[in-house]
Amino acid sequence: MSGAAGTPLVEFEGVTVAYRRGRRWSRAVRGVDLRLGAGVTYGLVGESGSGKSTLALALLQVLPPSGRVIEGTIRYRGRALAELTPEELRAFYRSVALVPQDPLPSLNPARRVGRQIEEVVDPTGASGAGPRGRALEMLQAVGMADPERVARAYPHQLSGGMQQRVLIAMALAGEPDLLVLDEPTTNLDVTTEATILDLVRDLVRDRDTAVLYVSHSLGVVAELCDRVAVLYAGELVEDAPTRELFERARHPYTQGLFDSVPRLGTNRRLVSLRPIPGRIPSPSALPPGCVFAPRCPIAIDACRAEQPPLERAGEGAVRCIRWRDIEAGRVDPHQTAPPSRVSTPAGELDAVLDVAGLRKHFPLRRSLGELLARRPQRAVHAVEDISVTVRRGHTLGLVGESGSGKSTTARAIVGLDPASEGTIELAGEAVARVLERRSQAAIRRLQMVFQSSDEALNPYRTVGAALRRPFRRLAGLSRAEASRRVIELLQDVQLTAGYAARRPSELSGGEKQRVAIARAFAAEPEVLVFDESVSGLDVSVQAAILNLLNALQQERDTGYLFISHDLAVVSFLADYVAVVYLGRVMESGPAERVLRPPYHPYTEALLSAIPLLDPGAERSHVRLEGEVPSAVDTPSGCPFHTRCPRYLGDVCRDEPPPWREARGDHGVYCHIPLEELRAQQAPAFRYAGGAEPEQEDHG
Amino acid sequence: MGRFLLRRLGFLLLTMVFTSLLIFLITQALPGDVARILLGREASQQALDQLRSQLGLDRSLPVQYLSWLGDFVRGDWGTSFSTGQSVRALVLVRLGNSLELAGLTLVIAVPTAVTLGVVAALYEESWIDTLISLASLSVVGLPEFITGLVLIQIFSFRLGWLPANSSIAPDTGFIAALPSLVLPALTATLVLLAYVARLTRASMLVELGRPYVRTAVLKGVRWRRVVVAHVLRNALLPTITVVAISFGWLISGLIVVENVFNYPGLGRLLTFAIARRDIPLIQAIALVAVLGFALANLLADILYAAFNPRITLR
Repeated sequence: MSGAAGTPLVEFEGVTVAYRRGRRWSRAVRGVDLRLGAGVTYGLVGESGSGKSTLALALLQVLPPSGRVIEGTIRYRGRALAELTPEELRAFYRSVALVPQDPLPSLNPARRVGRQIEEVVDPTGASGAGPRGRALEMLQAVGMADPERVARAYPHQLSGGMQQRVLIAMALAGEPDLLVLDEPTTNLDVTTEATILDLVRDLVRDRDTAVLYVSHSLGVVAELCDRVAVLYAGELVEDAPTRELFERARHPYTQGLFDSVPRLGTNRRLVSLRPIPGRIPSPSALPPGCVFAPRCPIAIDACRAEQPPLERAGEGAVRCIRWRDIEAGRVDPHQTAPPSRVSTPAGELDAVLDVAGLRKHFPLRRSLGELLARRPQRAVHAVEDISVTVRRGHTLGLVGESGSGKSTTARAIVGLDPASEGTIELAGEAVARVLERRSQAAIRRLQMVFQSSDEALNPYRTVGAALRRPFRRLAGLSRAEASRRVIELLQDVQLTAGYAARRPSELSGGEKQRVAIARAFAAEPEVLVFDESVSGLDVSVQAAILNLLNALQQERDTGYLFISHDLAVVSFLADYVAVVYLGRVMESGPAERVLRPPYHPYTEALLSAIPLLDPGAERSHVRLEGEVPSAVDTPSGCPFHTRCPRYLGDVCRDEPPPWREARGDHGVYCHIPLEELRAQQAPAFRYAGGAEPEQEDHG
Repeated sequence: MGRFLLRRLGFLLLTMVFTSLLIFLITQALPGDVARILLGREASQQALDQLRSQLGLDRSLPVQYLSWLGDFVRGDWGTSFSTGQSVRALVLVRLGNSLELAGLTLVIAVPTAVTLGVVAALYEESWIDTLISLASLSVVGLPEFITGLVLIQIFSFRLGWLPANSSIAPDTGFIAALPSLVLPALTATLVLLAYVARLTRASMLVELGRPYVRTAVLKGVRWRRVVVAHVLRNALLPTITVVAISFGWLISGLIVVENVFNYPGLGRLLTFAIARRDIPLIQAIALVAVLGFALANLLADILYAAFNPRITLR
């Protein structure tokens, strides 16, 4: 399959992909034109429902049985893929590769990892020295410390990050000409994501491989891609070189995406997010004219009348009839920003939640043999020693990777999984560790919003019934009074009264999260604990929820404990930040100080791993080796010493690090003096929209 | 693995002790007086009392139970009330016959059902799929005595290929007995067939939709090999469990089939024993049946773990 010189590797021409839903066809992707040349890394960006994965699977000829390309042509090396014979199709499969989002289900659970990689080299499944050597070589290339062991393992025996590396090794083992990555790092920690992205970059650099990188994350695309295509509701709305797109977005939707994402180092006290109102239309209920018009701040009658064509613009293309006005600055494509009601915090404020020495161990069951041998009972040390303070009307952000004990901390504080040790005080009053022993008043004052509102809301109860309950139980209101308050509350979270009659299944993800937030606020708590409460949402929806949380906090002076793995979101919302690792606080202090040098080496690694919305930015690359150690046998001394890029030696291994306090409550647990840290560390990102950091810090 | 087996065997022992107690109590509660049944309605009170003490029926229940259990474990399963033969000899001969029938049934049923299920799944919603579903469902709806009689009508009376009566002598070898086994095994197969085929079809469809299949296709692997080397192994896991468990049922549960064909298996011996109130015989058959089920279950777990690397037996 060789094409004439000059033909691009991949050509989409008016491609429409539809899924069969009963007797109807739902057109998930419509009329996409795209060209992908050898050696180019192409980003395909969009929110859920944009059709980006569908397009990628259509290209690879692996759509699910209900999906089909019903119009247009996809060409590979000039040949229409739909016309390939089975033999040619297999040859095509061998020249392309896919790294999918969920590594585990993409690996055969019953076959050893090594054998599965060997099959790429020899699809007939014959094992031999050749394929085996190649498999080990690839495992080595993706950074496996012990390729032999990994090759012998079954997929479930590996961690998520290692599974994804295996899939990358598999994808590259066949030396593909086209590599498709479909959100390959979405479920991974930032530090793992960073090493995976480095790996992809290095592995494709010298091979002239064309890469199609599908992602919802603008940051990842900015770091990795040469060109970016933006999809919205199944249509290509903009396509441009990365630098051009990030500096001069021509489509109002692209602009809306940029305005929705909190940037690292921006804070709600400095800038506000501009969410995109409304929601993405489903393929069965498309608006006439431009698909984005109903949500567009500059839509005019002509936009609603007919579908705009994809026009060439600069080095790229855009599907908006007003792009020239936008580029010339004659119209403002930004959504209106909500009024900023955020005041600057005033000095020392009273603590509403004080947690000291929190510890949570989950004892492991001993086997009969271990009992008889009188072996001591072992435990998972999920939370080892966490002390945090939440102030009235302020937000404390708790960040860390998976396995750091963030969620356990949240559940221990609200009493769902009672702490093994430690004290919890609400405005100076001690509360019981166990939920059942807490007074109604204490429960009312300390509420929680969970990560998945699907699991937190009973699918069989209406929104109204779910919201009435806290009013009736915790505030002791009459039924009529509670119903009245429910309507008020729905309006507070920007939903209409009509939502009271709906059930969770009739709500979108963002609406469900609003209901979950309303439920938590119904009790008029003094402190709210958020456990990854915005993590599963699309950026435009997430921005609206973050603004909502802001407004509610301002109105009600509620203290927030905001737990997230997303440092940019935390830095946006939080006044104070605590960085946790293996159940211990590594660094804490006011947000703007924690995010600037000197910081704990762990914070440094986290920050430098975050993809920035800043193509071409020069930045430090601190990468962590290995995996988070097991919480059963936690490292001695400093828990971070096994992975610390600034490991000093025996002292880190043997002695717990001292608390080194910088200015204004900011400090780190580290053996390295602050002066030395400051001298060695560079800022992890450019400050946007904020004041420059103050120079003097007296460590 | 060793520790798992030890634990499960201990558990199996407990199960047997508990069911033996249950069997003992149930047979005690059966209506009718054993001595009266044995001696007939005309027997004198004295003769009845004498027989009762001879049989140990005048002792307290716990003593009766313990002595019965003790004898059973030592291999003395008692004497049949109705035939006067050793219960153990009787049951073991019939157990051998039942195992032969069960074995042959599985040899026919499993490959057929799996093939049908796999084909139906690979051609989902095509006419082949519909045909297989229709055929297997209409067969499973029929009671065994009907399918059995139809098979006899065709293969014995019309074609004359196989005997209609499968009553074989106790010392017949397997090869000699084979023609007599075929029709009962076919009848039992029809009972299992639809169930196993539909289960296989369902789990094939689930596995075919999993992303690892896409991974394999994208390696350029031939579809035949994708199915055989990747999908089947995972799709057959539920089938393995069900087949192993149904082995327990085949040993002692083929009461109707054995009666239709006059086949001397455990099921038919059980009907015989119940009709005669032959309590030692009933007890022995029940215990053997329970042991069969328990072992089949254990086998199912071991096989499942052997084929599924995600399971480690501890």
